[in-house]
Amino acid sequence: MSDATLIALPLLVPLVGLLLIVSSGRVAALRDAVTVVTAASMFTAVLQLLPRVSAGERPRLELFEFFPGLGITFEVEPLGMVFALLASGLWIITAIYAIGYMRGAKEKHHTRFHAFFAVALFCATGIAFAGNMFTLFVFYEMLTLSTYPLVAHKGSEDAKRGARTYLGLLLGTSIGFLLMAILLTWWLAGTLDFTPGGIMAGRVDPAYGSILLVLFLYGIGKAALMPFHRWLPAAMVAPTPVSALLHAVAVVKAGVFTVLKVTIYLFGLDYLTELWTSDVMLYIAVFTLLAASLVALRQDNLKARLAYSTVSQLSYIVVGAMLVNSIAALGGGMHIVMHAFGKITLFFCAGAIYVATKKTEISDMDGLGRRMPFTYAAFFVGALCVIGIPPLGGVWSKWHLMSGAFDAGYGLVVIALMISTLLNIGYLVPPVVRGFLLPSKDGEATGLREAPLLCVLPLSLTALGCLIMFFAAKPLAELLSGMLVVPVP
Amino acid sequence: MLEHLPALQVAITLTAAPVVMMFGRATRLAWAVTTLACWASFAVALTLFATVADGSVISYEMGGWAPPWGIEYSIDAANAWVLVIIGLISAVVMPFARQSVEQEISESRTALFYSAFLLANAGLIGITVTADAFNIFVFFEISALASYALIAMGRDRRAILSSFQYLIMGTVGTTFLLIGIGFLYIMTGTLNLGDLSARLPEVSDTRTIRAAFGFIAVGISLKLALFPLHLWLPNAYTYAPSMVTVFLSATATKVAIYVLLRFVYTVFGFEFSFVELAMAWLLMPLAILGIFIPSLVAVFQTNVKRMLAYSSVAQVGYMILGISFASMLGLTASVLHLFNHAITKAALFMAVGCLVYRLGGVSLTQLAGAGQRMPWTMGAFVVAGLSLIGIPLTAGFVTKWHLLQAALVGGLWPIAVFLLGTSLLAAMYIWKVVEVAYFQEPENPDTTVAEAPLGMLIPTLILTASTVVFGVFGNFTVASAGTAAAALMGGAP
Repeated sequence: MSDATLIALPLLVPLVGLLLIVSSGRVAALRDAVTVVTAASMFTAVLQLLPRVSAGERPRLELFEFFPGLGITFEVEPLGMVFALLASGLWIITAIYAIGYMRGAKEKHHTRFHAFFAVALFCATGIAFAGNMFTLFVFYEMLTLSTYPLVAHKGSEDAKRGARTYLGLLLGTSIGFLLMAILLTWWLAGTLDFTPGGIMAGRVDPAYGSILLVLFLYGIGKAALMPFHRWLPAAMVAPTPVSALLHAVAVVKAGVFTVLKVTIYLFGLDYLTELWTSDVMLYIAVFTLLAASLVALRQDNLKARLAYSTVSQLSYIVVGAMLVNSIAALGGGMHIVMHAFGKITLFFCAGAIYVATKKTEISDMDGLGRRMPFTYAAFFVGALCVIGIPPLGGVWSKWHLMSGAFDAGYGLVVIALMISTLLNIGYLVPPVVRGFLLPSKDGEATGLREAPLLCVLPLSLTALGCLIMFFAAKPLAELLSGMLVVPVP
Repeated sequence: MLEHLPALQVAITLTAAPVVMMFGRATRLAWAVTTLACWASFAVALTLFATVADGSVISYEMGGWAPPWGIEYSIDAANAWVLVIIGLISAVVMPFARQSVEQEISESRTALFYSAFLLANAGLIGITVTADAFNIFVFFEISALASYALIAMGRDRRAILSSFQYLIMGTVGTTFLLIGIGFLYIMTGTLNLGDLSARLPEVSDTRTIRAAFGFIAVGISLKLALFPLHLWLPNAYTYAPSMVTVFLSATATKVAIYVLLRFVYTVFGFEFSFVELAMAWLLMPLAILGIFIPSLVAVFQTNVKRMLAYSSVAQVGYMILGISFASMLGLTASVLHLFNHAITKAALFMAVGCLVYRLGGVSLTQLAGAGQRMPWTMGAFVVAGLSLIGIPLTAGFVTKWHLLQAALVGGLWPIAVFLLGTSLLAAMYIWKVVEVAYFQEPENPDTTVAEAPLGMLIPTLILTASTVVFGVFGNFTVASAGTAAAALMGGAP
């Protein structure tokens, strides 16, 4: 297949899926089947690109020109490849889970829900494959808009308020800072193409570059750097499948993916070392990482705790980018994948608990582990993966991040990362311990009371994924290291 | 035949007006003739546009009398651009009008209504094509008087009061314009715009000319609703019949802005307006206030029509801001926004017209649940709304991008930051509507409410789609706006 078809297919599949989902909306079973099939075929389509990209090729597709020299262009490189694989692969599992959850939790408007899910995945793929910053921005904005209906899904006052915060912060930062940064870059550097080694060196004065870096990092609100992180906890009003795939994987990872993409392909690591603000942003990320963990410790609502944990884990990746060396950047890229597997498992479990018992607060969940052993076991695995304990995937990304920080001589960052690991244990392990060991408050029920199979199966699969990623880390690292290769002119 | 196109452009709708009036109760026939006249007029506008797209100028002598004795019509890239806007909007709004007017206007007045509409249309076209200052005034009055009548025909009785308000303000505006033109005539002895621009430099350093400039600028600013002279606009747009609001919001203020540009850039010249009188320093603060305050007011409106009316005042601010940059880039952005805003706002007001048709009104409480009951209409509203906010791949974004570029190149960082901030205000008021329409259950579920009739829906969707088409293929509009701006900068029409 030609480059154009290879790139167009993963983008077209969710759109065709969208049409099919909407038109089969009246027959619930058919619509749900269509969703899963769409997800599976999208993953297959993305997979077709993998051999080409790992062989060092960069498939390219220029769609049309918007202004002279600036257009909608796609180019697949390793980081985008990994992100697209991750999002589409986990969509299959989430689609299955969503069927179980939406029915089990008696949510309404299923068709709208599945339809916007497909749109969101389309946008995420667009972000992954974007060949220039402008294309990325277009899909980034579309992703914000298409996930808004998912956050406001319940239509209650709470949901609407949460969705307003969500939209306000994400649109606000992207229009206020990111668009500004893009305009300035276009004006100063004359191009927005993602180029190995960056486009700024020799074109943009480091004084401007320093400002641009701040604008970019705060403009990418989806990366949830403090103080623009509030949208993520606010988005937890959404049904749990949304929190799981979008607010642990697709949307938030689109944010940190963009951060990595900007630092590696627009600024370039060498140029970044010249900017005094890269250290400032590094410490802001370190602060976010610690502060969000501390906040997470104090949350009794399980989903809120997981949300703050996500804020914290996202900052790991920003730290990876701001440490400005290749090992840390590689660690950041790996953490996108490792954290995704861990966190989606945790959210799936939170949703399963809700479907089975309608409980949302951790303090009400004492003793629940004995009734829902599969869910709780999976939760434990996911927690260990996020914390970074072998034999689970999370250990590798944190290992790379720490050794990157160590190499670069940032002793403080190493210490902060260690403290953060302890905090991770502090807020992720207690729910499991309480679930298995404490006596149940509302009397001891006998026997198993698990969530529906369509919920438990997916969360077991992702927990298994956490384990597999421990062994799959080497090929992943090899693939990702391709993003750091700067061709010799 | 072809060489008479400039005259024909005005004549078609002007002569159709009295004809339509005579149809009396044959309302369908009145509508059909009006529609045909508008389509023919659009075809002429497109032909003219294509002819002058290369930067050439068509000069037409009315009645064969050579200027400056006779009246000259002159078409260049700039006013052909405005003609296309007027033509496009009236051609699209007419199919929409039939059902909307049947519901909103009593049968006995329908023929008169269409007749007044044609007069307003002819007036706006006349203002645009003529190269004679006094003629501009005359056409201004024709279009204004017809508009007063159109607005007064709104169903709400407050329409009459708002029409009267508009009449007072509008008359003050055109009177100022007339005084200014009189001063120019005293000093130069000519009314032809080309002759004026050639003779003004000799006498420009006089108090009379400066006063003339002041009168003309203020008079036109009243017509184009420049903040703080906008007070007539929100009421007029809110209470006018749906199709009138669509037409006026997309064309009337645009034409007034075109006249301002013509006087400022061509007649008085860049040197006099911007260097000697430092007009930018007057326009920029007004534009900034005019963007910010009405946007903020719009956020707190509960009637969607009024909300969009305030948004129109703010959008005029964007166009004036581009002019105040006093650069080619800024002017291009303004001229570009004339078109982009026209299609965006017309699409929004058409969607509102559909909602009014089915729901009887568009206060926020009435819109609850509209997203489920009228999915296509609300879909159009959302897409056009995104263009108003300036989301990528919509027409509004193309303007914003160029306006921001112009600000940055002019070294006006704070303005760029301000512009980005105000698009968030637009997001706030559009989203208020979206939230109610999609996520609020209606209080008394009325199952009879259905999607708007196709006759209204299809034109709405066409304009909505065009906001996306011109957002994706921005190259074409940007190039045309560039040629138009060059024509304005370049010299006499």
